Amino acid sequence: MDALSLHRIHFAFTVTYHYLFPQLTMGLALLIVVLKSLALKTRDAKYDVAARFWARIFAVNFLLGVVTGIPMEFQFGTNWSEFSRRTGGVIGMPLAMEGIFSFFLESAFLGLFLFGEKRLSRWMHWTSAFLVFLGSWISGFFIIVTDAWMQHPVAYRILPGGVFEVGSFWGLMLNPWAWLQYAHNMCGSVVTASFVMASVGALYLLLRRDEVYGRMFIKLGVVAGVLSCILQIFPTGDLHGKYMAKHQPAAVAGMEGLFNSERGAPLVLMGQPDIEAQKIDNPIVVNKVLSFLIYGTTAAEVEGLDQIPRDQWPTALPLLYYSYHIMAGLGTYFVLLMAVAAFLLWRGKLFTARWILWPILLSFPLPYIANTAGWMTAEIGRQPWLVYGLIRTSQGYSTHIDASTSLFSLLGFLGLYAVLSILWIVLVYNFIQDGPQAASQDAPVNGSKTA
Amino acid sequence: MGTLWFWIVAVMLVAYVVLDGFDIGAGIVYLFVARTEEERQQAMRSIGPFWDGNEVWLLAAGGTLFFAFPLLYASAFSGFYLPLMIVLWLLILRALSIELRGHSAEPLWRTFFDALFTFSSSLLAIFYGAALANVVRGVPIGPDDYFFLPLWTNWKPGPHPGILDWYTVTGGILALVALAVHGALYLALKTEVDLEQRARNFARNATPVLLVLTLAGLPLTVLARPHSLDSYIAHPILFVIPCAVLASLAVVFLATRGRSPLTAFLGSSAYLSTMMVGAVVGLFPVLLPTVGTAGRDITISLALAGPHTLHVGLVWWTLGILLAIMYFVIIHWLFRGKVPRHADGYGH
Repeated sequence: MDALSLHRIHFAFTVTYHYLFPQLTMGLALLIVVLKSLALKTRDAKYDVAARFWARIFAVNFLLGVVTGIPMEFQFGTNWSEFSRRTGGVIGMPLAMEGIFSFFLESAFLGLFLFGEKRLSRWMHWTSAFLVFLGSWISGFFIIVTDAWMQHPVAYRILPGGVFEVGSFWGLMLNPWAWLQYAHNMCGSVVTASFVMASVGALYLLLRRDEVYGRMFIKLGVVAGVLSCILQIFPTGDLHGKYMAKHQPAAVAGMEGLFNSERGAPLVLMGQPDIEAQKIDNPIVVNKVLSFLIYGTTAAEVEGLDQIPRDQWPTALPLLYYSYHIMAGLGTYFVLLMAVAAFLLWRGKLFTARWILWPILLSFPLPYIANTAGWMTAEIGRQPWLVYGLIRTSQGYSTHIDASTSLFSLLGFLGLYAVLSILWIVLVYNFIQDGPQAASQDAPVNGSKTA
Repeated sequence: MGTLWFWIVAVMLVAYVVLDGFDIGAGIVYLFVARTEEERQQAMRSIGPFWDGNEVWLLAAGGTLFFAFPLLYASAFSGFYLPLMIVLWLLILRALSIELRGHSAEPLWRTFFDALFTFSSSLLAIFYGAALANVVRGVPIGPDDYFFLPLWTNWKPGPHPGILDWYTVTGGILALVALAVHGALYLALKTEVDLEQRARNFARNATPVLLVLTLAGLPLTVLARPHSLDSYIAHPILFVIPCAVLASLAVVFLATRGRSPLTAFLGSSAYLSTMMVGAVVGLFPVLLPTVGTAGRDITISLALAGPHTLHVGLVWWTLGILLAIMYFVIIHWLFRGKVPRHADGYGH
């Protein structure tokens, strides 16, 4: 395999694996703040017990997010040095800001949140949970600003030598693409956390153990889940899609499998893209819906791939198409599942309706798949560009790093990450098996005495 | 502007070495000074709330380097590809050992993670020392401003160096001993009774070794890179830095004999800082010197990002770093004093 492909797979694999952790971290941080708020408001100890239980899972998950995140920053330099040399003056900024504004905050107050419960007042402990949440969401923002600049470069100046620098700080931070993508992404993160929490709740109810906590988890998971699932589609997904259609028509045409421009373009629900024949095989379509979704009218013309020069087509068209359809299909399922669960919760029947507890239990991996597919849609849709319209992916990698060197470190990461996966599963499984009360039994009697 | 950012990055790296240095150092001596389960838990609790935040200095310094000197970031990170990957893997293993130790009920697994903790901490220290020595010695930069270094060649600094040669390995060993002393002094400061005693003894016995290595470092550096004293000869006032290095070592030496663990720890912090500053002054205004004639030195002016980026950066950097310092003051104040022998920390 050539060096370019290996560098791409290297980054794609490590970033995809990395994002399995932050998507839970960010959403769960919010839900932990909710639990801590309930504890403050009701003075009911069970919410503190629940927060401690989730803090254990959070800590392991956070740690794996950190250790798989450090390689991401390094890889810009190691595997994508030409890209770094030319754009460091722009994307280096949000990346540095992430470290300085988010990671310091997160790490300091996570230590306080995990180790300091006994030496802090209730309010201070709530505040440390809140600051961990804030830090993780700021971190997400700066990463999205970085990605959004690659998707939709704004506010830059070109210097001699093809080097870029920031032309306007606020232009970079207020990139509309970044805010739309951020909203969509953070909803996705809450979806993951809600499904995980609801799933653990469903497990306890199905097992008829720790039912107080089972009901609490499933209630919070379903309420947060139904809200985030709806927001995920409308307005965040909707607005993001429309903005994308305006600025990356090639990506949208590829996602939808629209080979030919059409007035009243149909929405393809299923089917396989056939690049040779430039059509969708075995399609199931809904007429005119795509035009409506993008332009609000069924008569509008949607630009197809035929309008786009072949050398600017997304390079992995079927993968782009499948990723997008998996994301959208799962998103629809999430709304249905959570709406039914929310209805049953409202009618007071959810906790005993085993037929719905089972799918809630089993659905927790699906948001991970949907979020991954969503990121694949965004990043494969950006191809063949590294920075949209400015730098091609083939111009950005480290040409002096041999393909097999890249393969060597890729194999290293594959091995190490396989170990991380096993450890994560074992630890989280044990936490869930031990149950919510266990996390409180070994809580510190007194942290460490003061001098 | 370039000089300012040069020092900003340098100060952040110094902060990283001094701060993460104490928990890496604690890891190096951990197996030897913390013998019983109780002592090992105590040692772990002493770094528990801090090590993750300390590591953030590496990320923050890396990010700042990326945006202020993109060419240096691109060239150095790709050129040091192999050792950086090894450092990444060590950082992962080290974090795992700290976390998993606390979750293991079996003494067998705890022993394994203890060993992994000391192993990864020690190798990290050696790699950091070797990395700094590589930068001081110089690398064979090509006409396109890039290079690629093998892990080793003939173990000589000459025109075809590897990551490891006699000079950089010496640098690695120096870093290993320096951080071991630093970590032992931290443990002596934060723990009690036997562990405190053993940590202090370790630091006391290792300080003379550190002195010998430090004294050997200067002539070896001149041997490996004859130009490394140019700045000093041009501005003799700078010789105050090596004097400060020796003075801080003297402080460590005396304070470990007296009973002032805080002074000793501050002494070793000053030692690490002045060593780093000494190396950085020797480089200035070069960021990464070249060996051989194919390419040029990567200097501040060559690698510097655009002017607007740097102006804007100064505003948020100042604000952000003040906030970061505030967080560090808060957590160190809240977790001040010694870690007691009996307490269960939950989560870790």
